[in-house]
Amino acid sequence: MEALARLIVTEPPQTPSDVKAAAAATSAGFAYGLAAIGPGIGIGYLVGKSVEAMARQPEAAGMVRTTMFLGIAFTEALALIGFVVFILIGL
Amino acid sequence: MIAEAFEFPEINAILRWKDLFPTFNKIALIAVAAAVIGSVIFILAGRKNALEAPKGVRNLAETSVEFIENGIVMQTMGKEGLGWTPFLLSLFIFIYLCNVPGIIPFLQMPATARMAIPVFLSLLVWVIYNGVGLKHQGIKYLTNTIWPPGVPVALKPLVGIIEFISNIIVRPFSLTVRLFANMLAGHILLVTFALLTSSLITAETSQFLLKPMAILPFFMLVFLTAFEVLVAFLQAYIFTILTAVYIGGAAHPEH
Repeated sequence: MEALARLIVTEPPQTPSDVKAAAAATSAGFAYGLAAIGPGIGIGYLVGKSVEAMARQPEAAGMVRTTMFLGIAFTEALALIGFVVFILIGL
Repeated sequence: MIAEAFEFPEINAILRWKDLFPTFNKIALIAVAAAVIGSVIFILAGRKNALEAPKGVRNLAETSVEFIENGIVMQTMGKEGLGWTPFLLSLFIFIYLCNVPGIIPFLQMPATARMAIPVFLSLLVWVIYNGVGLKHQGIKYLTNTIWPPGVPVALKPLVGIIEFISNIIVRPFSLTVRLFANMLAGHILLVTFALLTSSLITAETSQFLLKPMAILPFFMLVFLTAFEVLVAFLQAYIFTILTAVYIGGAAHPEH
């Protein structure tokens, strides 16, 4: 108990800027983590369905692949905006 | 403690270099080199005799032209879009050559990981596809972009606002952010694992097992470098194919 008390006392006092930095670090982590959930599910679903389509109709593989990349590009943009927010807040 | 030894540098420290001379830094050098190398390859290839079997630099040029024609233009714009091949080809080559220095030793910075080049390229694309739309459809282009055919009258205000924002404002923004953030994320990942490896090797510690642990982030670094080869190509491809889709969409309205 005494050791714990000494620990608390010897800790330097928190300034408002410390609190702000801690909040920024936490929310930056949340920003990117939350932004990655939706696109993660979306890209997984999209690529899975594309592979299914390519396996079913190998002659249409070229067209499916082009459309798949387009879909990935649109879906991924959301995660990347989250990444940019992460950089803007956190660093 | 390893956490104390491992200090991640400021974001500016890994993205900025001292200017080579005023207003000209490494990013500008890479961008200029990309433009020059790309042009030189195609000028050299264009000088070769077209009747001989292609080899060397001409082979490379023909492969990339074919890739743009079959992989991008024919898939998105069809035959009438073939006139756009030179523009899309130069866009693709320039972005690719700007991306690739991210993994070349001593350069190790993709020029597209700063906002300036992606912003400029996507504003260029924005001007071009809006210009193409106005040229092909006249003033009706504006109403066609805002209201897709078959929208009920009652929904027109709402759909108009949504389509205007997504077609005019979000498109160049997302083009920019997609390219920029992908390359920046790759660069930061490479920096992180390289720093982790080096700080494990140089760590002053009495635990003899700690230093051999550096092999783990090193393997990750090697894997990520291989991954970045793919990303550099893929981002150039996606930027080009989206440009083709936007231009094709502006030239021919949906029915």
